[in-house]
Amino acid sequence: MRRFLAWSAVVLFCFSLPAFSQDWIRTGTGLGVEKVRLAAADFKVATADASNPQLQQVFDDVLWNDLANAGIFDMVSKSFYPLQTPGTPQELNITAWGNPPPNASMLAFGNLGVTGGDLQVQGWLFDAKNVSAPQVLGKQYKEPASRESARDIAHKFAAEIIFRLGGGIPAITDSKVFFISTRSGHKEVWGMDYDGANQHQITRLGSISLSPRISPDGNRLAFTTYARGGPDIVIWSLELNRFLTFPKFGGTNASPAWAPDGTKLLFSSSRNGDPEIYLVNDNGSGLKRLTAYKGVDISPVWNPKTAAQIAWVSDRAGLPQIYIMDADGANVQRMTDGGYAVSPSWSPSGQFLLFSWSRKWGPGEPGGQDIYIMDIASRQWVQLTREGRNDFPSWAPDGRHIVFQSNRSGSDQIWTMLADGSQQHQLTFTGSNTMPNWSWK
Amino acid sequence: MNHSRMKWITIVATLGSLMMLATAGCHHAPPPPPPATPPPPQPTASLTANPNSIQRGESTTLTWQTTNATAVTLESIGAVQANGSQQVTPTESTTYRLTAKGSGGTQEATARVTVTQPQAPPTTAAQSDEEMFNQNVKDAFFDYDKSDIRPDAQQALMADAAFLQQHPNIRFTIEGHCDERGSTEYNLGLGDRRAAAAKGFLVQQGVSADRIRTISYGKEKPFCTEHTEECWQQNRRGHLVFQH
Repeated sequence: MRRFLAWSAVVLFCFSLPAFSQDWIRTGTGLGVEKVRLAAADFKVATADASNPQLQQVFDDVLWNDLANAGIFDMVSKSFYPLQTPGTPQELNITAWGNPPPNASMLAFGNLGVTGGDLQVQGWLFDAKNVSAPQVLGKQYKEPASRESARDIAHKFAAEIIFRLGGGIPAITDSKVFFISTRSGHKEVWGMDYDGANQHQITRLGSISLSPRISPDGNRLAFTTYARGGPDIVIWSLELNRFLTFPKFGGTNASPAWAPDGTKLLFSSSRNGDPEIYLVNDNGSGLKRLTAYKGVDISPVWNPKTAAQIAWVSDRAGLPQIYIMDADGANVQRMTDGGYAVSPSWSPSGQFLLFSWSRKWGPGEPGGQDIYIMDIASRQWVQLTREGRNDFPSWAPDGRHIVFQSNRSGSDQIWTMLADGSQQHQLTFTGSNTMPNWSWK
Repeated sequence: MNHSRMKWITIVATLGSLMMLATAGCHHAPPPPPPATPPPPQPTASLTANPNSIQRGESTTLTWQTTNATAVTLESIGAVQANGSQQVTPTESTTYRLTAKGSGGTQEATARVTVTQPQAPPTTAAQSDEEMFNQNVKDAFFDYDKSDIRPDAQQALMADAAFLQQHPNIRFTIEGHCDERGSTEYNLGLGDRRAAAAKGFLVQQGVSADRIRTISYGKEKPFCTEHTEECWQQNRRGHLVFQH
């Protein structure tokens, strides 16, 4: 178990250091960095309001889940905690936490309570091994009391801890996932928090809608829909609650992708008779074709770090494969060497590609349809899933998490996992849910 | 005794009788004219048809009456009794003629029977374009991950082209479909290529391109949902749909 943790820590540590050497994906040895042993105590109730117990439960659960899912902590089980729950530093017996049984490196604790309609929270992060100067973080929050604000504050506090202890990469606790769900009777675009909470319907087109892609600023959703005859690309404004003007191009128009600066889109169009990759400004002007090869060219995605390269799917060689090219269409390179490869997603660091691959041969456990991660420079890859049919991986903005679609539970659902393939768990349970897309922040 | 001697005796006797009559009552009143033999009566004839209007295939009954006739004929039947009836089944409207001949002359009677044709059954010319399209136009099927028009699809599309050229007003859409196994986005592209390939083939066969719309549904609108090769083949198709 410890070796696995060590290896995972290596993998994850490497994700946050793009300059690291390139064959670590397969060999993965060397650094021996361990995950931080973090204890997160239940927060102490500080007032006598009737809604406190419920809000405390929500807060504790969300805080714990955010920290446990962060991928950088070895969470100390609550069954090892001292019986006395500290609400303030004055109440804290720090050596009880830093010694076995908890043997925590870090401790998150604090208090909360409703006063005059507001939920107030005080939270601290203490270094349990540094008895003389333990405080790492001290935060205060106040919001009108509700379950939503309890969740919100917990997310914020967890984000502070993750940012401080996770190498300076912003946390994903406020990020969103957009996806397609059939539970209203039609394929519509839905949204949810990154942890599966607050699942809500966004479009009500009563048609077939596919491939939702949120803009970098989080305000605009581009997607494919048959609502105008279709398949057409449309852009929905989340703040204005209406469609933005975008042309109907003729033919099959699919798989939109935002440029990192939010001013342009890539997409596939067969307006000239054959599906090719096109570039266009977000207002629909400046249409430019980037590929010119007979066959299906689809599912383009930018390198989010440099905006200088594009990955996409082409079947010019037979079955669909992953290719990359420069942003002007030059320097086409094939990345996969066979099988059926689709749905590329480029990591925030610019270093890795995720995609869905059906291989029938070679090392690993081929035969199904699984999510793979590939180091672009070396073309070396690791298989991340081994169960069911898996597709549409999407990177989280921290480069540590992945959301994807899997049917291993019996129906298509949205799942999440860490970038090393660990901690795979299901986020949706109702209807058929597919094509997830993680927000940019 | 022979005929001519008999005849001479009769004439003499008759003349003698006549002279005796004339002299026996001999006075000055002129003698009364001899009584005339009444002429033989004219035949009468009447003919009716009941009913006098029928549908083709039905029968009617002719009824006639004659008097003073020795020979009665009914046209198209022949000699008949002086009075009688007869069932007939004319295929067309007919005027029947009864002729009664007797020593007093000839009398005719007629009866007209009108025959109407029954309602004609609906002919194929009244079937709608859409019905004919659905009956005659077949889809083209494809191999896994392919958009090539394989031999059986060529046959289907050539027959479709022949039908479409006979009905130049018909406009239609070709939908491109894929089986469930592939990825949603890639299948939108593959469906597009299948619809385009089927359209291209029809255009080559002479069907005007502006009659043909294409649309890809990828794997979004399957025709069946079983996880079998049979069902997958059913879904890999270019589906031709009549356009109103």
